[in-house]
Amino acid sequence: MKRSGFWFVAPFLVLYVAFLVVPMLVGLGASVTDQGITGHAKFVGGANYLELFRDPAVWSSLWHTLIFTVTSTPAIVLVGLGMALLANRAVPERWLYRLAFFAPYLLPVSVVVLIWNWLYQPGFGLINDLLTRLGLGEVGWLSTDGMAMTSIVITTVWWTAGFGFLLYLAALQEIPRQLYEASALDGATPLQQLRRITMPLLSRTHQLVIVLQILASLKVFDQIYLLSGQGGIPGVRSIVQYIYESGFTRFRVGYASAISYVFFALIAVIALVHFRLTAEKR
Amino acid sequence: MRALAAVLAVIWLVPLAWTLDTALKPESETTRIPVSWFVPGMSLDAFGRVFGDGEVLAWLGNSLLVGVAVTVLTVAVTSLAAFGLSRTRFRGRSFVLALLVAGVVVPPQVLIVPLFAEMVGLGIADTYWALVLPQVVLPAMVYVLKKFFDGVPRELEEAAVIDGAGRLRVYWSLMLPLARPALAAVAIFTFVTTWNNFLWPFVAVSDPHLMTFPVGLATVQSSYGVRYAQVLAAALLGGLPLVALFLAFQRQLVTAIKG
Repeated sequence: MKRSGFWFVAPFLVLYVAFLVVPMLVGLGASVTDQGITGHAKFVGGANYLELFRDPAVWSSLWHTLIFTVTSTPAIVLVGLGMALLANRAVPERWLYRLAFFAPYLLPVSVVVLIWNWLYQPGFGLINDLLTRLGLGEVGWLSTDGMAMTSIVITTVWWTAGFGFLLYLAALQEIPRQLYEASALDGATPLQQLRRITMPLLSRTHQLVIVLQILASLKVFDQIYLLSGQGGIPGVRSIVQYIYESGFTRFRVGYASAISYVFFALIAVIALVHFRLTAEKR
Repeated sequence: MRALAAVLAVIWLVPLAWTLDTALKPESETTRIPVSWFVPGMSLDAFGRVFGDGEVLAWLGNSLLVGVAVTVLTVAVTSLAAFGLSRTRFRGRSFVLALLVAGVVVPPQVLIVPLFAEMVGLGIADTYWALVLPQVVLPAMVYVLKKFFDGVPRELEEAAVIDGAGRLRVYWSLMLPLARPALAAVAIFTFVTTWNNFLWPFVAVSDPHLMTFPVGLATVQSSYGVRYAQVLAAALLGGLPLVALFLAFQRQLVTAIKG
């Protein structure tokens, strides 16, 4: 009887080891070799790691990833919070807000990119058409390095704000209505209620949404790669895209694995800091 | 406040509305300047051509097949594992728990290169197996379910054991029915994640007949040339099933995310 419990875990464990633990170890092994796509790999020690620290493409793609993270995270969190505060009010058309704010989050990235590529088109794109009608000049949304990152952030906010929205909405619904009723009797204005009741009670949700968003933003690949025409704008290349290119277009499996490990270390440090901070609070 | 909410909702819906508008236009009208929302001759032709062409349908079929396979496998193996970790004690249990915590931190993005090498080594690169198996490994789901099983009173289980039920019986006839809401949440969350996953399916298959919808749409769309109405009709066809699913299962999805 004591042993039988293990067999419940075994099927998951087999898949887990095969497709998570093994590739982690294989990647670690490959990162100290010059492994290419085929043939024998030679042990090269820390050469890949030394090379990546001197590789300007690693630094620039890390930089773009960082820029993307620090610009998209506050925007996504604030928009999500705003949406939740607006949609939480008891009005008949509430269902419409929920649908409008959350629907984009359910679209696959390539659908989102197609839609926004279409909106950003020069000439017949809706956004440039609107700018023209307002008497403003057209903007080359995706044609310049400088504008491309802004366009990518705008698209990402539209696509993913719904996730924070849903978390905030769930948290708002757990705040007892009596708190607002009692404070209203004491003469509190809606703004005071927001500052003194809603915000303090949302603090754990803020933390959760912000950390999840930072971790998600650091791992960005899909929308940048696709919006820049399958990687066509070098000024926005992310670190995951550089890993992808090193492994699959330049066939340097060893080098790509080394970059993956450095990137993983970065993510792990952020996650650990978060666990440590939240553990202390409890 | 109400006006602000309405304005924001309109801004959020305009991209979708304009996509639908374009998909309904005759191809010759899609690139006209200045932009007009409604033109004579709007029809469902573009949607019809997408259906007639078969390629998009094949991608949708692949997405459905992969999504269902990953979801069924995930629900099966994670619920078994969660039950084992919650209700039994065995040697190595704490090691397994620690291993799962570590796995939550590993971003799938850092695994693509070695994982693909592994698929090549196993001889399953460019097959459905390569699409399905690596996506089943979701340690966070084990946690969601374990937390749920932890909350089921011991007395219920003991009563069943006194009635002569074995462990497997307790899992199947007692725990699974009780856990239905949590299982639904895990299933929906897994299906949504799998349906929308891009990077791994993009790497794992190169045969257009095996591509899932997001990958096919992104990589083979050039074969449509500049037929915008048709491309956007295809995008809407593949994008809307999950929106419909969300409308049907709103409550479970919220539970899944909170869990």
